[in-house]
Amino acid sequence: MTLKTELKDIFTKNLRTSGIYIAFVLIVVLFTIMTDGLLLSPINLTNIILQYSYVLILALGMIMVIVAGHIDLSVGSLVALTGAVSAVLVIKTGAPWWVGILAAVAVGALCGVWQGFWVAYVGIPAFIVTLAGMLLFRGLTYEVLNNVSLSPFPGEYQQVAGGFLNGLLGGYGFDMFTVLIGVVAVAGLVWSQYSTRRGRVKFGQDVESMAMFIAKNALSAIVILWFFWQIAISRGMPIVLIILGVLVIAYHVLTTRTVFGRHIYAIGGNLSAAKLSGVNVKKVNFWIFINMGMLAGVAGAVFSSRSNGAQPGAGNMFELDAIAACFIGGASTTGGVGRVTGAIVGGLVMAVLSNGMQLMGVGASAQQIVKGLVLLLAVAFDIYNKRRAGEAS
Amino acid sequence: MDSTILQMQDITKTFPGVKALDGVNLSVRQGEIHAICGENGAGKSTLMKVLSGVYPHGSYDGKILFNGQELKASSIKDSEAKGIVIIHQELALVPYLSVAENLFLGNETKRRGLIDWQEANQRAAKLLARVGLAESPVTPVGQLGVGKQQLVEIAKALNKDVKLLILDEPTAALNDDDSEHLLNLLRELREQGITCIIISHKLGEIEDIANNTTIIRDGQTVESLDMADPGSTQNRIIQGMVGRSLSARYPDREPNIGQVVFEVRDWSVHHPTQHERVVVNKASLDVRAGEIVGIAGLMGAGRTELAMSIFGHSYGRGISGTVLMDGRPVDTSTVGKAIKAGIAYVSEDRKKFGLNLLEDIRVNTTAAGLGKISSRGFVNGNKEIQIAEHYRKSMRIKAPSVLAKTGNLSGGNQQKVVLGKWLHTAPELLILDEPTRGIDVGAKYEIYTIINELAASGKAVLVISSELPELLGICDRIYTLAYGRMTGQLPKSEATQERLMELMTIEKENVR
Ligand SMILES: Nc1ncnc2c1ncn2[C@@H]1O[C@H](COP(=O)(O)OP(=O)(O)OP(=O)(O)O)[C@@H](O)[C@H]1O
Ligand SMILES: [Mg+2]
Repeated sequence: MTLKTELKDIFTKNLRTSGIYIAFVLIVVLFTIMTDGLLLSPINLTNIILQYSYVLILALGMIMVIVAGHIDLSVGSLVALTGAVSAVLVIKTGAPWWVGILAAVAVGALCGVWQGFWVAYVGIPAFIVTLAGMLLFRGLTYEVLNNVSLSPFPGEYQQVAGGFLNGLLGGYGFDMFTVLIGVVAVAGLVWSQYSTRRGRVKFGQDVESMAMFIAKNALSAIVILWFFWQIAISRGMPIVLIILGVLVIAYHVLTTRTVFGRHIYAIGGNLSAAKLSGVNVKKVNFWIFINMGMLAGVAGAVFSSRSNGAQPGAGNMFELDAIAACFIGGASTTGGVGRVTGAIVGGLVMAVLSNGMQLMGVGASAQQIVKGLVLLLAVAFDIYNKRRAGEAS
Repeated sequence: MDSTILQMQDITKTFPGVKALDGVNLSVRQGEIHAICGENGAGKSTLMKVLSGVYPHGSYDGKILFNGQELKASSIKDSEAKGIVIIHQELALVPYLSVAENLFLGNETKRRGLIDWQEANQRAAKLLARVGLAESPVTPVGQLGVGKQQLVEIAKALNKDVKLLILDEPTAALNDDDSEHLLNLLRELREQGITCIIISHKLGEIEDIANNTTIIRDGQTVESLDMADPGSTQNRIIQGMVGRSLSARYPDREPNIGQVVFEVRDWSVHHPTQHERVVVNKASLDVRAGEIVGIAGLMGAGRTELAMSIFGHSYGRGISGTVLMDGRPVDTSTVGKAIKAGIAYVSEDRKKFGLNLLEDIRVNTTAAGLGKISSRGFVNGNKEIQIAEHYRKSMRIKAPSVLAKTGNLSGGNQQKVVLGKWLHTAPELLILDEPTRGIDVGAKYEIYTIINELAASGKAVLVISSELPELLGICDRIYTLAYGRMTGQLPKSEATQERLMELMTIEKENVR
């Protein structure tokens, strides 16, 4: 294949997978123009990370839930509950910051066990179980907090979502450490892409042309390095970005390279076939919900740290942001299809949309309308592409 | 009788990466039964989907003339309005709705916006009589067998005032009786002037029923045969399909039979919802190393139920009895345990139980044996591709690469993927449930060869099939099952269709 036809394919044949990236670029360009470049300013990039990291963390768990053919409506309430537990421990009883964080994750996992039990072993649809969970966990949050907000957290706790690693390797007008991480990220990406490609070639599979391969990787490298450079000349490496980066890589590997990941796609793709292939469906479903709970705990800790306290109404509608991120990122509503990378880009689309509109001073109501329409259009686009590929028949 | 009702000229249809049809020509005469033959993936179903508007006008190249007018259907509704009705390879009835409701779905008779059920049921009864189906119009379709559902589909087509009826492998899932009934019905419809296109891999029935046969190979028309011509034999068709003549339908084999590998004793299974109903009743059987053993039985005899209940208790409740591998009792109560014990089960329904149609060949091939290509929970991607590629080549799966989605493969090639998936688990006992359903003659031969190779390597093979010639052709020994009970077993030397039939149809009262 030539580079030219491959480039054309991105916009035609492969539009279904590449569509989300194209849309993301368009949205970024649009808001960059409308905000006179403010969107991509170093300070604002850092802000987007700090502000929306929780949605991305939730989307990581949600994509697995959705691929397996379920849904989780309770994560918003669970973010509130886990944050509240952490706040009570750290602020009220004076426990150290890490106890609060561990407790948040543990409570999240426990709630995951609860929901996973009902979904996997009793066989109640996740929609119902998590709808109940949404009410249940919200109610518990009020109980735990006695209906009042708790704040402020001690300094270390605030660092989780608000802190930076700066000057670790010295600064020269930019933070060396941040740049180094960027370089490592690029190297890791290129290496993993290259080894996959080499494997395919070795076993006689078609691969994209070398020119396309280099072009793609060079483009990613430039974007990543540029991004880290912007951060490096701003405030350095946000701690939450490290947390997020580690989680994204871990979950990408988990979903694409492990037996567990395969089982999730098998269950979502064809439940009966998965059962007859020896997949322990109950166990996998159980763990998917435990995992979702744990990630909600992480998001709860991050969010409480960022808002420097716990409120009974925290995390309202977070579940919808996370679900929207997955569907915008190309997940199928009927399960079996979806990727971690897609969900992350979907989450970033939501983040840039919100952030861009905030920068432009658009009101909250209009923001909701736009987000709703974007979700609808994204899924409509996906379905249109499916039909076009002749799969719907 | 001699006028042409349909002419498809130079039809070309491309999917991303695949040219499914490449200038196909088809000409069908008014009032005839026209068969279409070809290997799996030749493009038969695609051609019929082009004709019936599933792939709308503009998504393919070429011209269709129907009754002398150019047909430019943009949907199935369009072509149905012209009298072209297709019955797909997979039936499209709603199981919870009644026969009458299904018949008039999308075509309801309304009086002031409300459905007049009395009238609807009366009309339904008339339609059912026309297709010779003695069922009440209010029976839920899900309670009918496949054969009867097929008839409901045809009745539905008749209701739409069909002129050209297209049937895509209608008899693939039917037993002999039901097939016979269906073919007779088609003959009757021909008398009434309805033209019919039928796709089938059962060449015997094509020889019986078709006036003309068009053969397609690799998306191109090979030839059209007038079936009245004495030269138009099954072998002639095969030659057109595969490009060479096939000397025998079943590969030769020297059985080399050893010790008993697999044994089931007193296996009983109850119905999953009607607990008092016994579906399999104290069945016992054994299979030896290197032996190919068949299970014959009518539909509803409990063959699939027996196999699935053994394989991880995947069917039924109140299961009792013992399974022995190499003389030792093994636990097969979950699929995982059954696989570990060395058992593999290839389901009769590849779409429902065999494949994840959203995923590619690679992922499906390794789905049941991930443990073999992973360490500490991580899948070795290179090894996986290597294995999938191995099975694609050795089974001649027709696909651009192992990264092709199984949902886009033709039926026969899907079956090969399922087979590869279970061979990859390296089982001691392979249970095959209708392994060649919907598979072309050439591919059948290949599958028999694979089965033989497996047996030659000392594995045990158990084959369930509704096609007695197939069982007689490949098995060393055949069990018969009736009403959930084993009614006998015959070694190859004594087995004939008649004797098997006798044992399969023993009256319920006379079953031991
Ligand atoms: N939606 C699709 N996308 C991509 N390829 C397709 C699609 N549908 C069919 N194909 C390909 O087109 C070719 C013809 O398929 P088709 O289903 O028409 O075969 P067939 O002759 O009906 O085979 P069978 O006897 O197995 O049913 C196959 O190679 C198949 O993989
Ligand atoms: Mg077909």
